[in-house]
Amino acid sequence: MGMIEGIMLTIITAATPLLIAALGELVAERSGVLNLGVEGMMAVGAVCGFAVAFETGEPVLGFLAAIAGGIIMAALFGVVTLIFVANQVASGLALTLFGLGLSGMLGSAYVGRPGVGMGNLDIPVLSDLPLVGALVFGLDPITYVAAALAVAVWWFLFRSRGGLVLRAVGDSHASAHALGYNVIGVRFMAVLFGGACAGLAGGYLSLVYTPQWAQDMTNGRGWIALALVVFATWLPGRVVLGALIFGAVSILQLHAQARDVAVASQFLSMLPYLTTIVVLVIISRNRLLLRVNTPACLGQPFVPDR
Amino acid sequence: MRMTGSRMRRMRVRLELIRRPAPSTLMTVASPLVAVALTVATGFVIFAAFGVDPLEALYFFFIEPLTAAWSLEELVVKATPIVLIAIGLSVCFLSNTWNIGAEGQLIAGAIFGSIPPIFFPEWQGPLILPVMIAMGILGGMLYGAIPAVLKVRFGANEILTSLMLVYVAQLMVDYLARGPWRNPEGLNFPDSRPFEGWQLLPKLFGTEIHLSIAFVILAVVVVAFVMRSTITGFQVRVIGEAPRAGAFAGFSRNRMILLVFLISGGFAGLAGVSEVAGPIGQLRISVSPGYGFTAIIVAFLGRLNPIGILIAGFVLALTFLGGEGAQIMLGLPEQMTRVFQGMLLFYVLACDTFIHYRVRVRTKHAAAAEA
Repeated sequence: MGMIEGIMLTIITAATPLLIAALGELVAERSGVLNLGVEGMMAVGAVCGFAVAFETGEPVLGFLAAIAGGIIMAALFGVVTLIFVANQVASGLALTLFGLGLSGMLGSAYVGRPGVGMGNLDIPVLSDLPLVGALVFGLDPITYVAAALAVAVWWFLFRSRGGLVLRAVGDSHASAHALGYNVIGVRFMAVLFGGACAGLAGGYLSLVYTPQWAQDMTNGRGWIALALVVFATWLPGRVVLGALIFGAVSILQLHAQARDVAVASQFLSMLPYLTTIVVLVIISRNRLLLRVNTPACLGQPFVPDR
Repeated sequence: MRMTGSRMRRMRVRLELIRRPAPSTLMTVASPLVAVALTVATGFVIFAAFGVDPLEALYFFFIEPLTAAWSLEELVVKATPIVLIAIGLSVCFLSNTWNIGAEGQLIAGAIFGSIPPIFFPEWQGPLILPVMIAMGILGGMLYGAIPAVLKVRFGANEILTSLMLVYVAQLMVDYLARGPWRNPEGLNFPDSRPFEGWQLLPKLFGTEIHLSIAFVILAVVVVAFVMRSTITGFQVRVIGEAPRAGAFAGFSRNRMILLVFLISGGFAGLAGVSEVAGPIGQLRISVSPGYGFTAIIVAFLGRLNPIGILIAGFVLALTFLGGEGAQIMLGLPEQMTRVFQGMLLFYVLACDTFIHYRVRVRTKHAAAAEA
């Protein structure tokens, strides 16, 4: 396998958790709910996934546990913001703080334990094809799940009736309610989907990306996923593009560190965060693009007046 | 019709929120107390799940730190930065602007405040400490100004930019303390040279409490006065609660964003320099165990009110101290503190609902009759 191929492969691996988490948050935000707890849900997903895979030796069970962990966290958020109509920004922060703490607490017994990794796909002839073989047919299974998820989310949001209802709820909850749609119910489902995705993304980190558990191993990826949704102007296709860009930035800085570039490692580690800021600035300058796609009721609480 | 029918078959009892004509005074006071009680109750369950005696654990967490003079002093030391930051953040949150990067602004304050003693180690005299403090506040304000300018000038989401800058600041202080600012006589420890004499905040009355507690009291008084009795305080409230009304009154939303970020950044910077010139006494790779995030919880638990924040700051400082005690005495993971803090914020946000809403429980029968 050539060097370029190897780098491409690691970029895709770095992009996968960002893509999964951002797709989930995109659906939640399209329904009008801003959940800033992605980082916390991801951390809980990571520890649940690692613990279950470690205890059972089955990575698949680990991934299911990661998804379940994310869903439980999201349900907490849903109860507080949708039923108790608490402020979504503050509740999201609470979810992140709680999730990071909870994951550290649950994971304290697993620090330094060897992880249960998941092998890459290996189709006899196809995976050995020159150039595209490893990149298209030799990835880990979750990457294919992520790609399918991107297509599925796009199809659901823009080609299905359910997606239309979800977007209506996000753009004008009063009208959707007047038409008889269950605004709170739709939003709750969207939030749970976001939690499932964040949990799966966390599980990917602790089972595939670096098969081990460490405190705070999400390292801001949940927040970057949130920024990705803005970058993508709430369109699934652009989330894929954005995830690849961010994957590239984080991998290239790692390669630069490994190659002893004459810049202190800390400055290279800043790159993903600085890139996020720069990208947010560039995308936010184009106000029209944002205004067209931003869910109009994003972050606004809804109380049915009966 | 079909949807309502299926929902009713599934749910027997439905909760309904009914807006109160005016916010409930009783709940405004009771909500944080109920939240604390619920947190303690949940803690009971968590401790039991971890196989330790819940009563004993709760004792170590919430009572033991209050029983010795040294730990009471430690409580003040820990509450100082938390309250300082939370006071600044409350102004921010009241204007409906979301600075969640106070942790980064604290670090910026610590870095800027460390410049005088690190570049002029021989400098002693009554002037250096005020210079350090001024530098610290300036550092926090400058760092806070970044997300504000990006928001005002380009419309970039201040939540995300201010948070990203926390990671950048953490890496920056790591670089400085390991690299150029490391103490040449420090046996390769990742610390700056220790500050000495006039470069340190004096301790009060022979305790471990530093002069920075005076900044806390000053901050509470000044912010309470500004928010209650000045036009600026009024503008912050109007823009936060009714942005359209604020716009009609000619209050500039952009000016306000800059102002509240400078205020909250300045307070966080003051907290940062007070840490390196106080309890820490040098610049290290880590200057805060997350005070900037804890302060967000304190601001909400304290009802965004200076006096409330003062009280809430001590409650949260207790969780830091109790967490350390429980870790040592019972071998509980240190992350227990963050779990308690996150849980507390959840509960306080949920309880706040009852300030503005009454909850009516409707049974299936009643709902059906009305429909």
